[in-house]
Amino acid sequence: MLASSELSLQQQRARSAFWFLAPMLIMLFCVAAWPLLRSIYFSFTDTSLTDLYGGQWVGFDNYLSYRELSSGRILWRGTLADPAWWNAVWNTVRFAFVSVSIEAILGVLVALLLNAEFKGRSIVRAAILIPWAIPTIVSAKMWAWMLNDQFGIINDLFLTLGLIDHKVAWTANIDTAMISVLVVDIWKTTPFMALLCLAGLQMVPKDIYEAAKVDGVHPIKVFFKITLPLIRPTLMVAIIFRMLDALRIFDLVYVLTPNSKATKTMSVISRENLIEFDKFAYGSAQSSLLFAIIAIFVALYIWLGKLDLNGEKN
Amino acid sequence: MDLPTIVKRTALYFAVAVVVVIAVFPFYYAIITSFKTGTQLFEVNYFPTSFNLENYQSVLGGRHFIRNIGNSIFISFVTVVAALFLAITASYALARVKFKGRGLLLMTILGISMFPQIAVLAGLFELVRFLGIYNTPWAMILSYTIFTLPFTVWVLTTFMRGLPIEIEEAAIVDGATPWIIITKVFMPLMWPALVTTGLLAFIGAWNEFLFALTFTVSETTRTVPVAIALISGMSQHETPWGAIMAASVIVTVPLVLLVFVFQRKIVSGLTAGGVKG
Repeated sequence: MLASSELSLQQQRARSAFWFLAPMLIMLFCVAAWPLLRSIYFSFTDTSLTDLYGGQWVGFDNYLSYRELSSGRILWRGTLADPAWWNAVWNTVRFAFVSVSIEAILGVLVALLLNAEFKGRSIVRAAILIPWAIPTIVSAKMWAWMLNDQFGIINDLFLTLGLIDHKVAWTANIDTAMISVLVVDIWKTTPFMALLCLAGLQMVPKDIYEAAKVDGVHPIKVFFKITLPLIRPTLMVAIIFRMLDALRIFDLVYVLTPNSKATKTMSVISRENLIEFDKFAYGSAQSSLLFAIIAIFVALYIWLGKLDLNGEKN
Repeated sequence: MDLPTIVKRTALYFAVAVVVVIAVFPFYYAIITSFKTGTQLFEVNYFPTSFNLENYQSVLGGRHFIRNIGNSIFISFVTVVAALFLAITASYALARVKFKGRGLLLMTILGISMFPQIAVLAGLFELVRFLGIYNTPWAMILSYTIFTLPFTVWVLTTFMRGLPIEIEEAAIVDGATPWIIITKVFMPLMWPALVTTGLLAFIGAWNEFLFALTFTVSETTRTVPVAIALISGMSQHETPWGAIMAASVIVTVPLVLLVFVFQRKIVSGLTAGGVKG
């Protein structure tokens, strides 16, 4: 008697669980899975922006195809033979690795600082959240103004300090455009990194430090032997989150350095083809490649993460 | 205090000051720039020199900026309400009911939150056109679900797991249906988590750019980030920096106030989304 009512309760719960999940699953299917599949489908057609349903299947032509000319020369076409695409891939990868590495280092340093005891700590914590809360577009504009070649405060400051001897067009110059994007991104996202690390630091029991202090261990050794290993799981999660974010960067580059070859990322070049140049299918191929790259990255991360975990157990 | 301690404390406060100045300076500089007009803009000043509201008048009075702010508020608000509504019931099922494939489902949801938005842009564009919501706020409300919903579900599931099981058992013994359990038992306990996730979802929707840029064409339907990105003067050399900075300050001040009021909640939400993820 009791067992059967227990079972029906369990069934009832399972059934209601289904109904509770259904709206969310339908919604996610509509805005994520279906558009993703359609985008991938478009990449195998010659669909154009003005005629979304008139595309013909063209196989891998948007990715890579070749044609033999009468002279015997082979002409390669498609995204994978497009130097502009490989330039964007290189820009994105370079941006992601440099920005995330610097953010991780600065994030840990700021977290260590905020973990120390001092007056006004909560106000300081709120203050460093400001860059995170400012919309990316707004921070891009604020920095574009500060980095302005003629009236920018950065040029003025650097000239006064003697770091440069003439005004630099930071965002327009091909050599410094990427540096500008990196600086703004690091400024904007280090707070996120720092707060995650801080949460990790606060979970480290205090008596470990006291024991190390009693034993007279050098603070730098304490950091590398105790603190860093203990916050490593948190740090790794923060790094992967940031990495995935950095690989898809769009808005900062689009607004801070419009049309600069030195900074154009995969997202920017895809959107340019999709919407602005009316190469809808070609842009879809590029966005699908970006998706594939990120998927491979996530798979690798999970795989390496598991390997590492096993290593620790042994 | 002995001398080394004093040196250490001074160094600490100095480092903190440097971090705060770097974090706050661009916003501060935007504020002092927004009060400058005409040729004052072309002099570099580190401290406020003038207090002129002309830029604010031109931004708020001219064109469609107030309309853009209205669009942003409406879109962000509806996005948050929709995400929370869908996520509360779903997270109850994910946190409290055991069923096959639950772990896989959670991983999928987390995976969707890491989607590069550009990868769905073409398909969403088609969907938005198909539904006839191109160039309306609903295009953004629909598309923002892709990042607000997974995040909200994830954080609320984590939070709900932490609630004591006894409360729920007592309710079941009293004959409460799952719907009653969610609305009458869990909801009152979940306010802190709802505020946190709602706030983060709101900020995410308020700041979004790619979809808003792609799914709007007219000035009246733009959201604030798009409007600011596209403010331009007569030529490239006439960028109206004063007006851009005034607009930037107008949309950032509410966010900065939110950060100061809800600092703890925001941090706990960020870390719940990250650390436990």
